[in-house]
Parts: sequence; structure tokens; C-alpha cells
Amino acid sequence: MTTTTARGAVPARKASGTGPGSAAPRARRRPRSDLRVALFFIAPAMLGFVVFYLVPSIRGLYLSFTEYNILGTPKWIGGANYAAIAKDPLFWNALGVTTEYVLINIVLQTALALGLALLMHRVAKSTFIRGSLLLPYLMANVIAALLWFWLLDYQIGIVNNLIDAMGLPRIAFFGNEEWAIPTQALINTWRHMGYTALLIFAGLQAIPQHLYEVANLDGASPFQTFRKITMPLLRPVIVLVLVVTVIGSFQVFDTVAVTTQGGPINASRVLQYYIYQRAFTESDFGYGSALAVILFVILALVAFIQMKFLRGNESDLD
Amino acid sequence: MTTATSAIPARSRRLNWRRAGAWALVVLAVAVSILPFYWVLRTSLSSNSALASNASNLLPADFNLGAYKRVFGLQTAQESMAEGGSGAKIDFWIYLRNTVIFSAVTTAGAVFFSSMAAYAFSRLRWRGRNAVFSLFLATMMVPPIFTALPNFLLIKNLGLLNTMLGMVLPYLFMTPFAIFFLRQFFLNMSREVEEAAMLDGAKHLRIFFQIVLPNAAAPIATLALLTFIGQWNEYFWPLLVGNQDNVRVLTVGLGVFKSQSPQGAPDWSGLMAATLISALPVLLLFVAFGKRIVNSIGFSGIK
Repeated sequence: MTTTTARGAVPARKASGTGPGSAAPRARRRPRSDLRVALFFIAPAMLGFVVFYLVPSIRGLYLSFTEYNILGTPKWIGGANYAAIAKDPLFWNALGVTTEYVLINIVLQTALALGLALLMHRVAKSTFIRGSLLLPYLMANVIAALLWFWLLDYQIGIVNNLIDAMGLPRIAFFGNEEWAIPTQALINTWRHMGYTALLIFAGLQAIPQHLYEVANLDGASPFQTFRKITMPLLRPVIVLVLVVTVIGSFQVFDTVAVTTQGGPINASRVLQYYIYQRAFTESDFGYGSALAVILFVILALVAFIQMKFLRGNESDLD
Repeated sequence: MTTATSAIPARSRRLNWRRAGAWALVVLAVAVSILPFYWVLRTSLSSNSALASNASNLLPADFNLGAYKRVFGLQTAQESMAEGGSGAKIDFWIYLRNTVIFSAVTTAGAVFFSSMAAYAFSRLRWRGRNAVFSLFLATMMVPPIFTALPNFLLIKNLGLLNTMLGMVLPYLFMTPFAIFFLRQFFLNMSREVEEAAMLDGAKHLRIFFQIVLPNAAAPIATLALLTFIGQWNEYFWPLLVGNQDNVRVLTVGLGVFKSQSPQGAPDWSGLMAATLISALPVLLLFVAFGKRIVNSIGFSGIK
């Protein structure tokens, strides 16, 4: 709101403020004369953009069509990398494992965060509570990984001790193929839950209070209020949260690199870890680049589908 | 009528129960977020050999500071082995120095140059402004690993592998998020002062430094804080480019320390001491600026 009024007010003031003679031609001339100044102000950022974003993007795409082991020069091999990837069981495994990870992580995290945000909106808005919930997110992934590596240890980790005390069999959270991915998903859910809840909470705060008052006067039940007011108005926020968290989730790397390193066998060899291994451990930069292109395309597609089907850029307020 | 009057207290009682339940769940979430850190502290103050037999006691098992001594390299290898360590240590002060330089330099550069660009994208009029801004914004969608591979080659060809310069360069000039974040604030600033200064003949550079930057001090501080914490926690790029002791940052050092820990019987108390001291700087920042950080998490703060 403030943005539009502030911007809208400018031409109006200019039109009316032609009083002090010289201001009028100056104001009219300004649109052109700013270009050189703008070039100066934008130069450092432009340098960074071109050298570290634009050129590498093009170079990455080019490398994906080459065979390149860092030494020597890249050799053009057309789509051979992509053809090899299509038949690479490790790639399909990585894609499947990553998808499983994203599904568990996002479903759990979003559900918990939504619930938490609604609870906070009702009973607890204190900075202390919000800060405590945010703490895990402020810690490095590496720290979250090590912390849970200890808490979930098979022999003497506190979680397995509790499981044991309840008379259930201990779980090899990191060593068991079935558990490797859910464990990674749980660690990252723990780290992101509070942050996501705060984002949704901010969205809830933006819903006009008087809508709830009116609904209350009309005798609407809490469930009705939730379905007819909260959900529709919150939907764009949740879609944005989903787009951002899903993209982030697909790029899981740090926690895997520190704990299981893709194992046991291939159970947690997620896409980004596989790319890292191909490019840096095996010095196969062409293949690694092709995998990175595929990851990029997957992310773009997922974001597009989410925006399209969840109508993220439309509001229900009409 | 009687049912109606008796229904009111019943309903409010139910609401109270509901409130209590809601509170309980919030407290549970807070506990799940915070208690693991207590367990790290408790473990780091325990002696490693006592951990197994005393696994679930809330207080440290056989309280001592040996783990911290090990991590800082204050124990001899024999002492360290005797207490269940691996002989591995963290060159904490060197890694801390590297992390501070890496985070501070990238934050200062990115925030300053991004604010310049944001000024051009919000307060100046020039053709192609929105197209260029969209292009910058689009880079937010590019997964970092996609550009990390070619950037690694560039840094390698420049001979900057395992140098601090090679580590900071890609972050130094801008982050798309910083430009986006600051542009929002600059757009909302009143033009009046700026135009008055312009009539007085002030040049853009003076307006930028003397009017725009001071007026945006609060959002710039928030952005710097968020950027700093993000850089402090960065793992992937420093792992690729700075994997030698002289430039290694804490996250990478922690990973190395963990990988040196014996597989079967890790030095848990040493590992947790190392984890905690690596987390300490951010914890301190959080204690000092928690409110600012918490309040920044809204939709302008989405990352």
C-alpha cells in the first residue's frame, strides 16, 4: 500500500509544484540524465552479476555438453552426457531418493509450521517464543547435522535410549537404508520448522482482525472461520513458502555430507551430493555440469507447477 | 433459557482447556527447538568414557573440561587418547579468524554494493531499469551448485584456490536477495528531502551517502545481520575452495574434525565441545540482536 502511494505521489507533486520556475524543466529532463549515474551505481553489482552468475550459467550449460576432467581443455561431445545420465542407475536412484526426501521434509515441515503458526497466533506472540523457535534455523546445517548425529546415535544416543526404555527396538537412524532419508528429512524439518512457522505467522498477522470479529458476531464456529477466512487469505503466503522451501529442500547437501556421505550404499546419495561427487571427487566436470543442468530444470519445473496449480500470484480477496 | 445460561460457562471452560492445550503444544515446540542444545552442552562437559554408562542422566557424566582442552589442542596426544579422543583437534583460533574475515568481508561488500545497485533500481530513472532488475532477480532461482562448478574453475584458473580472496570473490559484489530487500525500502522512502537536496545542487553520490543510507540504517543493519549469519553458516563453497588450514572456516573444520573421529567409538564429548564453540558466535549475536532478527522474518525477509 505505502509503496504505491509513495510512488504515485511523486508525479502529482511534480505536476503541481511547477512554481519555482527552474524545477519544471529539470524534472522533465531527469528520466534521461539518470542513466550515467545509474551505470556508476550499478557497476559493482553488475560486475558480480556478469562474472559470477551470468557467465558461469552459460559456461555451465556449455560444459554439460563436454567431457572435461579439469586438466586439459573441455572436449565437445554433444548430448552424450545426457544420454549417459538417462541410463545411469545412480542418477535415477539420486532422483528417487531426493524426491522421497523432499516429500517427507516438506509435508512434515509445512504441516507442523502451519499448526504452530496458528497456535502462536492464538495464544503466544512473545518475541522469546518466536526467538526460541528460530534458533535451530540460525545454526549452520553442519551443526544441526552433528547435533543429531549424536542424539540419534545407535548405541548411546538419548533418542535411542528413550526408545529402548519404552521397550521398542533401537533404530539405526543413519546406518539403516530404510531410515537414512527419513532421518535427513527429520533433521532438516527440525531446523526449518520454526522459521517456516514464523513466515506463516507473519502472514496470519496481516489478516485484518475485523474479519474475525464479524465472523464471531455472525456466530461462526472456529472451524468455519478457519476454512472461510484464514485459509483463503493465507493461501498465497503458504504457496510462496512452499515454492521457497521446496526449492531449498531439493538442494539438500550439508547434512548428508557431514553424516552419511550418501550411504549406507546409495540410500542417501541425494542429487546435489551426487553432483558434488561426480564433479569434485571424480573430476568429471562435464557430467557433473549436465547433472546440475538437470537439477536446475527440475527446480524451475517444480516452481512453475506450484505457481500454476496453487495459483500463488492470485489472491482470494475479490 | 437454562441451557443457554449454563452453556456459557461450559463453553468458556472448554476454551480455557483449548488455550491450555495450545500453550502446551507451543511449549513442546520450544522444548524441541532448544533442549537439543542443552544436550550438546551436557555432553561437552562430560568425560567421554563415562557417557556410555551414564547415558540418560540430565547432568554431565563425570563433569570435566577435558573435551574443550582436546578441541583447543591443549592436551598432549596421550592425554587425549586416554580420555577417548582421537588426537584430532580444531585449530579453533585460526578457523575463527578465517570465518570472521570471510563473513565480515563478504557481508560488507555485498551489502554496500547491493545498496548502491538498489539505489539505481529504485531512486533513479533510466531505460531498461525493470528489465535489468528482473534479470538480477532471476538469479535467485538459479541453484547455487549450477554456478558453483564454473565458479570453481574460474577461481582455480585465477590461481586463487585456497586463498581468502578466492573464497570471498563470488559473494563480494552483490547478492540478488540483498538488492531485492533494499530496493523495497528505498522505494518507500519519501522523496521530499532528496528533491530538496537536489535543488540545492547536491549530486547523487552525496544524496546516497548523506540521505539514503542514513535513512535506511535500520533495514541495512538487519540485512547485514542476516547476511553475516548466512555467511557464517556457509559450507558448500568454502568446502570447495578453502579446504586448507590457512583459510578453512569453522563449518568445514567441524566436518573434518568429525571425519577424523573413529567410526566405532567417536569422541562424542570432544565432538560436541567443537560443535558448541563453533555455534557460540552466532549464539552471542542472537542474544544481542535476537529481537531484530526475529522481527525481520516476514515476507520481506524470505530467503
